[in-house]
Amino acid sequence: MRLLVKGGRVVDPANDLDKVLDILVEDDKIVETGQNIYAEDCIIIEAHGKLVCPGFIDLHTHLREPGFEYKEDIYSGTRAAAAGGFTTVCCMPNTDPVADNKTVISFIKEQARVKGVVNVLPVGAISKKQEGQELSPIAELFQAGCVALSDDGRPVRRADLMRYAMEYAKMFDLPIFSHCEDRDLSGDGQVHEGFYSTYYGLKGIPAAAEEVMVARDIILSQLTGAKVHICHVSTRGSVELIRRAKEEGVNVTAEVTPHHLVLTDEVIGSYDADTKVNPPLRSREHVEALLKGLNEGVIDCIATDHAPHEREAKDCEYNMAAFGISGLETAIPVSMKLVHEGKLSLKRWVEAYTVKPASILNIDRGSLTPGGKADITIIDPELIKTVEVEKFYSRGWNTPFKGMKFKGWPFMTIVNGKIVFEDGEIKV
Amino acid sequence: MKLREKARIMDEAAMKRALTRIAHEIIERNKGVENVALVGIRRRGGPLAERLARKIEEIEGVKVPVGVLDITLYRDDLTTLSAYPLVHRTEIDFDINDRIIVLVDDVLYTGRTVRAALDALIDLGRPQCIQLAVLIDRGHRELPIKADFVGKNTPTSKLEIVNVLVKEYDGEDGVIIQEIIDDE
Amino acid sequence: MKWEQRKDLLGLKDLSREEIELVLDTAVPMKDILKRDIKKVPTLRGKAMVTVFYENSTRTRTSFELAGKYLSADTVNLGVSTSSVQKGESLKDTIRTLEMMGFDLMVIRHSMSGTPHYVARNTKMRVINAGDGVNEHPTQALLDMYTIREKKKTLEGLKVAIVGDILHSRVARSNIYGLTKFGCEVRVVGPSTLIPPEVEKLGVKSYYSLEEALKGVDVINVLRIQRERQQKGLFPSLDEYASLYMLQPEHLKLAREDVLVLHPGPMNRGIEISSAIADGNHAVIEEQVTNGVAVRMAILYLMMGGAKDEIAG
Repeated sequence: MRLLVKGGRVVDPANDLDKVLDILVEDDKIVETGQNIYAEDCIIIEAHGKLVCPGFIDLHTHLREPGFEYKEDIYSGTRAAAAGGFTTVCCMPNTDPVADNKTVISFIKEQARVKGVVNVLPVGAISKKQEGQELSPIAELFQAGCVALSDDGRPVRRADLMRYAMEYAKMFDLPIFSHCEDRDLSGDGQVHEGFYSTYYGLKGIPAAAEEVMVARDIILSQLTGAKVHICHVSTRGSVELIRRAKEEGVNVTAEVTPHHLVLTDEVIGSYDADTKVNPPLRSREHVEALLKGLNEGVIDCIATDHAPHEREAKDCEYNMAAFGISGLETAIPVSMKLVHEGKLSLKRWVEAYTVKPASILNIDRGSLTPGGKADITIIDPELIKTVEVEKFYSRGWNTPFKGMKFKGWPFMTIVNGKIVFEDGEIKV
Repeated sequence: MKLREKARIMDEAAMKRALTRIAHEIIERNKGVENVALVGIRRRGGPLAERLARKIEEIEGVKVPVGVLDITLYRDDLTTLSAYPLVHRTEIDFDINDRIIVLVDDVLYTGRTVRAALDALIDLGRPQCIQLAVLIDRGHRELPIKADFVGKNTPTSKLEIVNVLVKEYDGEDGVIIQEIIDDE
Repeated sequence: MKWEQRKDLLGLKDLSREEIELVLDTAVPMKDILKRDIKKVPTLRGKAMVTVFYENSTRTRTSFELAGKYLSADTVNLGVSTSSVQKGESLKDTIRTLEMMGFDLMVIRHSMSGTPHYVARNTKMRVINAGDGVNEHPTQALLDMYTIREKKKTLEGLKVAIVGDILHSRVARSNIYGLTKFGCEVRVVGPSTLIPPEVEKLGVKSYYSLEEALKGVDVINVLRIQRERQQKGLFPSLDEYASLYMLQPEHLKLAREDVLVLHPGPMNRGIEISSAIADGNHAVIEEQVTNGVAVRMAILYLMMGGAKDEIAG
């Protein structure tokens, strides 16, 4: 089967491309990019006025399966990904059972093959059951197909165990995705510690709770030489630590979420639990530093930290509510706001979703290079739509963006040469 | 809603004469004022009660106690009002038990205010009896209530509004009738 | 007046100065009722209110209950231990059930900040916050302000020191939001670990030294210190706390001669306040309790007096 994407503005930072081009896809491969491609027997995709980008990659997704299918499963989660313009997602291991052995990894991969619609790359646990006591069978996880290791959601407390995990992971060149949070400092905090935590009387989580662990993991990366990727960076201090580490040549990368880039902690005043997320929405100075860090490349990529929850987990007292935002289906419109406002270049934005995450994972995706896998995200940059959670493919309706209007939405998602999402509808 | 002054049924002098007559009637009815106290119903009943007390003092040489009663919390229309009225203090600094209480109000109309005032008063104690003095009785009673002392009986239509003006609040004394006109 | 539009009383941060004044003014005639032989008016006949306390408080709950009864509302206390909360019922279901039973108003206390706001969003009942977590305790602050105004004749421009665990105090927050609207100079004082971050942005001055903070003040509001804060490592011991922050007679010399001492109760004598002060002639702690009933009557009247259908959500 052949697809011809015609007349779109091709933005492919990996190849330093930004011009109107056609792309020819055959089976699961890109065969040609160029002007006025003529081909017979193919499905023509009219892409005038659209942005044609390499398939977006999300380094940080919670698909919840196995164990928490009432929040999300691989069926709904991968559809949410496709609808959000993502062709590849890395799913976090905090499932039940925890993805700390090849059986769970094989199960996830099999489910993804059978009922998924995008590429699913599993992340394995650093420690057994994510308990932070003993290392997971890292070689086994690597052989089973894990692309990274993480104890996301339950950060590794013991510095010695983190050190061994890094040293061991280095043998397989597996990056460590570190959720940086000192649980003693964050305690039972609910929101960013600052003016609004004082004003609204909610227990604060200081920026330092993240920063001390960022510092620790950078130092451990320096010690071990392992690849460390800092998840969902949310503070100015973290950005500065990462900047210095990169300047010193430490093997560290970082991601930021769309919500941390556009929302401040001012929104907590509604006591709407959809604003509750970990790390918490921070104050203006932090948000500005994150954007600066992203612009300068200190922060490499944008990742969703898609954390879907069932209705009851959010429709309750603020302190009782679960942390997390369902992010896959709003990532593009929310973060594109920064592009429209001139705060982030289009190239940098696309890069942060494509070639950068691909290089962190060391996978052969994230570009439109002929011969490569045909993962393509096509965006309508002018489409204005309201976030309607009732129309989400994700089971998680938990988003602080509900009811808000955004400009720039996914138009089509092509995974391995197959159209999986088009104009608001999943096609498989 | 627009209002137009239709008639002035009492001027300052007429009002003074009416109050003087009521003062005499109170004294006569109670054979003196030994055990009498006056209680004005907020708002305009207050100054009227004060004036009656002064008049009684002029005639009898006796100072009768005067108080003011706020009946807001006893109104029967609270649940139907969207803007609830402000509550003010009831200021009765004498014992009402076993006294003859003369309730004083400006206009007697449906009788509902007096009903509320009776309840409010009885919550404060057990008077020997309660009498009612009003400057104007405009008819249209909705409750079985009758005034003991009336300054002037004035038949009105329900579309009219009777306004008693007192110097203390309005800068002048007098009674006017206003009518509602459609503003078209 | 704004009250006809207001469905709920969730905190003083949302109330205007005029609204606060209306509550305080309305509380004056209410207090008169408390002095009568017959302490009851028929105003709220046929209205029903329920107090739901997810945290113990005999004082506030009893005060609300009495306030309701004095105004002739039917008052029911939902004991959390006796209710289905213990059986794991969600808060939302509890609210729904109470609404369906026909309550007009709900008074809620909860250990978690923002819970009354959540409740208010999910019910047609009017909701009064009787203390939520470390956020607000509006009726306590209103009764404090009533007490101060009654004694000082005005709130305008007074210097008020709030002493103790500011970080965890909803009483402190509500007082700050209320008093600053009247141009008061509010000072908060306590150990550095119990002063919330960026507190000065609320328009107050913060101090670590009790002596410094008390200079020239008109009012001292002493907060209750909870023993559990020590266990969390926020200060070394109650003894050390008392040595630095217990209000004692010599402190009053620093303040104005006619200084008032308030305490929301229950007091820890010998820890945050000495008995000599608590029982001394500057203390208005017992009057606060009486005023609490009057202020709550005023609030109930203002919230339930109007026609239900016309109150916007």
